[in-house]
Amino acid sequence: MAGIHFQTVRKIFGKTTVIKDVSLDIHDGEFMVLLGPSGCGKTTLLRCLAGLERVDGGRVLIGERDVTDLAPRDRKIAMVFQSYAVFPHLTVFDNIAFGLKMQNLPSEEIKRRTHQGAELLQLTDYLKRYPAQLSGGQRQRVAVARAIVMQAAVLLMDEPLSNLDALLRLQMRAELKRLHAEIKATTIYVTHDQIEALSLGDRIAVMQDGKIVQCDVPMNIYDYPANKFIGGFIGTPPMNFLQGAVNGDGSVSVGASNIAPASSLQAAFAARNGQPILLGIRPENLTLASAQQANTISAHVLVVEPLGSHKLLTMQVGAEMIKVSVAPDQSIASNQDVWLHFDPEKIRWMDAASGEAIR
Amino acid sequence: MRSKLESLLPYSLLAPTLLFVTLLIVIPIFQAFLLAFQSADGSFTLAHFQKMAADTSFGDALKFTFLLLIFIVPLQVVLALMMALLIHTRFKGHTFFLYIYAIPLAISDLAAGIAWLAIFTERGYLNSILNQLGILEKPFLFLSYQNLPAMFGTIVIAESWRATAIVMTILLAGLQLIPRDYFEAADVFGANTLKRTLFVVLPLLRPSLQNALIIRTIFAFQTFSVVFALAGRVIPVMAGESYNWYVTNRNPGVAAAYAVLILIFTVAATWFYFKFLKTSAAEAGYD
Amino acid sequence: MRIMQSSYSPRYILGRIALYGAAILLALWTLAPLYLVALAAFSTRQATFQWPKPLLPTDFSTDTMQFFMNTRGVLDSVGNSVIVALVTIAGSLLLGAPGGYALARFRFRGKEAISLGLLISKMFPTAILAIPLAVVFLQIDLYDTIWGVALVHIAMALPFVIIVTAGIFVGVPRDLEEAAQTLGCNRVQAFVRVVMPLALPGLVAAAIFTFVISWNEVFAATILTLRNRTLPAQVLTALNDSPLYYRYAGGFFMIVPALIFIFLIRKYLLNLWGNISR
Ligand SMILES: Nc1ncnc2c1ncn2[C@@H]1O[C@H](COP(=O)(O)OP(=O)(O)OP(=O)(O)O)[C@@H](O)[C@H]1O
Ligand SMILES: [Mg+2]
Repeated sequence: MAGIHFQTVRKIFGKTTVIKDVSLDIHDGEFMVLLGPSGCGKTTLLRCLAGLERVDGGRVLIGERDVTDLAPRDRKIAMVFQSYAVFPHLTVFDNIAFGLKMQNLPSEEIKRRTHQGAELLQLTDYLKRYPAQLSGGQRQRVAVARAIVMQAAVLLMDEPLSNLDALLRLQMRAELKRLHAEIKATTIYVTHDQIEALSLGDRIAVMQDGKIVQCDVPMNIYDYPANKFIGGFIGTPPMNFLQGAVNGDGSVSVGASNIAPASSLQAAFAARNGQPILLGIRPENLTLASAQQANTISAHVLVVEPLGSHKLLTMQVGAEMIKVSVAPDQSIASNQDVWLHFDPEKIRWMDAASGEAIR
Repeated sequence: MRSKLESLLPYSLLAPTLLFVTLLIVIPIFQAFLLAFQSADGSFTLAHFQKMAADTSFGDALKFTFLLLIFIVPLQVVLALMMALLIHTRFKGHTFFLYIYAIPLAISDLAAGIAWLAIFTERGYLNSILNQLGILEKPFLFLSYQNLPAMFGTIVIAESWRATAIVMTILLAGLQLIPRDYFEAADVFGANTLKRTLFVVLPLLRPSLQNALIIRTIFAFQTFSVVFALAGRVIPVMAGESYNWYVTNRNPGVAAAYAVLILIFTVAATWFYFKFLKTSAAEAGYD
Repeated sequence: MRIMQSSYSPRYILGRIALYGAAILLALWTLAPLYLVALAAFSTRQATFQWPKPLLPTDFSTDTMQFFMNTRGVLDSVGNSVIVALVTIAGSLLLGAPGGYALARFRFRGKEAISLGLLISKMFPTAILAIPLAVVFLQIDLYDTIWGVALVHIAMALPFVIIVTAGIFVGVPRDLEEAAQTLGCNRVQAFVRVVMPLALPGLVAAAIFTFVISWNEVFAATILTLRNRTLPAQVLTALNDSPLYYRYAGGFFMIVPALIFIFLIRKYLLNLWGNISR
């Protein structure tokens, strides 16, 4: 009933096209995370949906309704602003009740829903306070409460946690997840924090330079990044990349070793004989081997960082540097020479020139 | 549709103002030029300017306007700078003093002239005090055409007293843009502080100083009622002559000629400051 | 090691004395004329010619003020001044505030030119506006009316008001307004419910600033009227043939509202005069 559909939406500021024909379909009740580096157009896309920015091309639909030319208030959306935008001249109660009052609801219902929202976000004790008397986290909760009491079918949140300290962020993240399970509004959640994206999203839409480059469930985004940019953007530390060249037999020579691609890719590789190629693999998908075997490469340990839950190794492979994550009890020291085993199933191969994943 | 309207919104919000400014500022200025340069039959003439220049008061009016400018503007800037630097140390009670120093902001030059009249008049407070201190036997005639320099001095004092507050607020606003590290709260009068003020603060304050100079210079050309209050027509000034030609002599042409002259001086002074103080309009806060 | 608060160095103490000494001297310089003109306005009329004069209000009297207020034309001129100032406030804010809002919120073609034009129009000498307008007002029956004076005062105040209000509106974050819009407000409602309350203190200060401009303006008011004088025009035209005590009372009377208003908007002094009267 309230899916969201962007149809080749374009937004131009002056001479720069900030949103480049974005098409995206979000299901009813879905929690969609918009993820991307700073300045890629996340906020702008959200504002186009909210009606705060008029689009220069394409259509925006909410449910079956074309809202492209509607004013913000006619779109039946609720939005949490990046800066909270809590009204400083109103109490917490009046802030939360603001949208309800605009709908001219009976005062009993306004009261009831406002209290309900305050309770949901644990603001009941602060209803009489002014925003200046609240902490950043509390203000942020007011902004969320103000949006959700609208009971709008669409909820937009623009980096709502970006101004919070790490601990509060962790807490709020869980609260938001619980909240969504409760109210089930179709949600678009903007962030450039990939952990937040992975933990919250039903699906993640990764934006780069005004375009959506991949839209999928979190584990697919993580395991099968559509291109080098996404692999390098998601994960701490991000995916490792090594240069290679395709051999006549379909295997790939990386440095002095040969790696065999997964069997499903053999056809694709046959056509690339002699071409350079990019090998992408996550630090946790590399294992140490005691001796040379199939799909191993010799590596030199440069740095060992014990990080509690795992050890992070920085290794030199040929002229390139990669990160490897191993179990905390793995005995390893810097300056050691080891063999690294690459699991062919976990390797993401990419075109060396375009960075696009080979499927 | 919505977007069309949206893009017209700022213009429609500004339209009343622009209309008003056009009707009551732009058009009158054209008309002032017409008044000044047109004869009764509508042909171009310099007669009004000739009449203006031939008048005995003209030379004096020019002279005194510029003399006032030369004496008042620096005095204001120095006084205002002292006030602003003092306030900016944020000593205990500085807001109280700021309020006091700012009072003349809201006082008209006419009222300022009258206040100082009470001081400088023959049986005024200054003579009273000097007498009580045993300095003077008989009142000194500050405001007599026989003591023109004294009379001139009273005008300088009254106008400086009034407009120093304006300069102070401009300078203080400018000071607040300068990082606090440059100031030591405790010893404003230490040698180090003096050096710092001269070589660090003043250069940083230059845009504000320049602003203040421009504004005070522009308004100095309009000095009028403070002079009237203290000196009547004994000391003529340009704006006062314009007033006289209009009100007393019923001659709008010459009055407009004076107004045009004041405008020319205003524009020239602004140009001069921008040209020779070498600060761009943006730097001076004109953006 | 930091020097303890209790052990002030002599140098520090001397510095403090010099600081407060200078501050007090400058304050006396500012206050003395105000005190003395008040003293003169609240003595008897005869005391004006007393010699030497007492410096303390030993013979306090409302005689002079009463004489002034009862002089023909004065009360009317006070009324006129108030009306002109109120009309100026209403007119310049109603006309100027939307313009200030536009400059604060929108990007549009010609914005720079308009801002520059407003800045320039602040510089024009009053004479060059008042004299031609007096001629025109004669033709359209606005001469010698307080409405004509108010029109000129509005024109004089407008550039200031636009620039001041633009500054005020810039201070109200745009996303508050947008949040209101997503919560069901149209543009006007968002302005009334969110922007107005937040801008109100600043707008009140701007209104008072405008009042001061109008209340003090003398050149145009004198040129544009004959009988319907405002207070400054009344006092100015009577200067040459009025007794000293009349002038003192008039001067004092003009100063009083100024004192009150400066006190009311003391928080905004720097924003109004410091940043704006560039
Ligand atoms: N009103 C505007 N006028 C001109 N350019 C704009 C405007 N708003 C945004 N931009 C530009 O559009 C691009 C995208 O901006 P946007 O705010 O959507 O980025 P974002 O992805 O939300 O970034 P962040 O993560 O930093 O919030 C930026 O390059 C920005 O400079
Ligand atoms: Mg953003």
